[in-house]
Order: sequence, then structure tokens, then C-alpha cells
Amino acid sequence: MVYDYIRWEEKAISDAAKKRGLDLKLIDSKDVSLLLDSNYEEEFGDVVIQRCLSYFRSLHLTAALEARGISVINRFDVALTAGNKLLTTLALIKAGIPTPHTALSFTPESAVKSLDRLGYPAVLKPTIGSWGRLVALLKDRDSAEAIFEDREHMFPLYQVYYIQEYVKRPPRDIRSIVIDDRVVAAIYRVSLSGNWKTNMALGAKAEICPITKELEDICAKASKAVGGGILGVDCMESPDGLLVHEVNNTTEFKNTVPTTGVDIPGLIIDFLIKIRK
Amino acid sequence: MRCPECDGEIPLPKDAIEGEIVTCPDCGASFELYKKKDGNFDLRAMQVIGEDWGE
Repeated sequence: MVYDYIRWEEKAISDAAKKRGLDLKLIDSKDVSLLLDSNYEEEFGDVVIQRCLSYFRSLHLTAALEARGISVINRFDVALTAGNKLLTTLALIKAGIPTPHTALSFTPESAVKSLDRLGYPAVLKPTIGSWGRLVALLKDRDSAEAIFEDREHMFPLYQVYYIQEYVKRPPRDIRSIVIDDRVVAAIYRVSLSGNWKTNMALGAKAEICPITKELEDICAKASKAVGGGILGVDCMESPDGLLVHEVNNTTEFKNTVPTTGVDIPGLIIDFLIKIRK
Repeated sequence: MRCPECDGEIPLPKDAIEGEIVTCPDCGASFELYKKKDGNFDLRAMQVIGEDWGE
């Protein structure tokens, strides 16, 4: 397992491997030094689970490992797509999976045009990032223009204006943990204190969510659309049915395990063993 | 283990492993555990949350 920091999830995966008598070597990506034309694959083994918090670190290291024939979970192409909200949306649309209407612009002026087409309120998200960070609710043109002006003074990534319709939904969304295209556990993430965001990192509360056929089907399709592996698929309950709004590449499950009682770390190790065969 | 920020007591988990994040219960600062040459744990500052960090 490659990591940069050991969270609850990485420790639980490590413990699950020990329980199965598996020799899971932990490699801190911050210590990695690879001569790219050398046989560095020997120090990583034949299957690697990628658990870096840093998306760019994870992506580049995965590319280097796959180049030497090592199987990495998730694969580079999966990480590339699921780690980028725009690429995820394009993959979902291509696969015919219901997802919120989304617009793309590259200047504040064209972003305002996009908002005129989508309608207010709408949601501006960075294409890369998590935990609700820098996600903004655009209630009207004035607030949108103020936020766009700020974005113009930030790193160029934030001048990619990825804007989604604001979906009318209950104050919760659904996080499904999908392993090998199968939903193994699901929770509602219920926002508290009137916060419109439902990220656990922002204090949302986890409640068990039944895995209905509709949820199973849409999550399996979303998983296949981005290339499969170990994923966290986020759905919203719109008036017209479930919509997939995000697929997470290095999914967290610290709250899902105690809420559902599902041994997700153990299932991850079982999946790695299957890949290895 | 003493917190480098506030000198509070940071309890180490019995099954602590290198790379694990520990948080000071007094001031809330987080640190990464690393092993010194003598095999004992020490704390080092964590990177401030990166813009590309996440799931």
C-alpha cells in the first residue's frame, strides 16, 4: 500500500491484511525515490493499493508503477477520471447515467452565460478537490460574479468554471462504497445545522441507507463508467430519481463501517487478493 | 508524548504505526508519527491540507 498519511482507513486496511495473513507492505510516498529507467518494481510487489491523500502524488506514482507492470488499485485511468469532476461528468454522460446538468466555462463572462442557461441557484465546484472545499452556492448573478472575481486571482485550476444545477433534494445524499462494480455498503450523509453541503468532513451525520435495486444499478453503472476498482459513488435523490453527482477515487469509509457494520477493509483486501491471482 | 504546539499530552494508540496521524486533544493540532533511528516514535509537522487532497 502506498500512502502519504495513515488515516483510519489505511490503518484498517493494514489490520485487515494482517487478519488474513497477508504481507501488506506500507510505503510512504513521501520517501519514494525512483530512477525511472531502473527495476524499481521489486520494492513494490505485484499489486499495489493506492491510498495517497494528494491526488497529483497518487496519479504520478500510479503512472510510474503501472509503467513497470505493477497492478495498481485504482488504475491510472480510473484515478484520472474519478479524481476530476469534469472527466467524471463526461464519463457519466457518455454512459447514459443520470447526473446533474453541468456547464463548463473558462472566463467569468462565459461562466455568467452558463449560469443564465442553467438557472440560479447553481453550484460551482473545483474540478479537483474534496470535502466540500471551495464548493460555492451561486444564488444570484451578483454573488456569482463576486466569487468568479476571486477565482481569477487563484491558481489556473480554479479558472475552470465547472458549474452544476442545484438539485432539489432532501438535506442528505447517498455515499455508496463500490468494490469491483458491486455496492457493498451505503450511507445517507445528512447535513446538519442547515448546511446545504453534505460532506462528512463538514460535520454531516451518517445513517444507514438500504441498498435498493435502483441504487445498486446506478452505482454499478457509474463504477463501470469510470473503469471500476474501489470507489465511493455519491448520489442525490432528485424528484426524478437518483442522480450520480460524484465518484470518489480514494474513498473514505471511516463513518460507513460503524454505521453499516460492513467490513469494508476486509472486502478491499479480498479484492486485492482476487486481482493478484 | 508532548504536543510541540501547546505541550499538551498526546496519547499514542497501542497499535500506532509509522505515518499515522495523531491529533492533540488540547489544541487540535495534527502531527505525523515517524520512527527515529532508535525505533521510538516521534512527531513531525504535517503538511497543511493540500489543494489536491481528498478522496
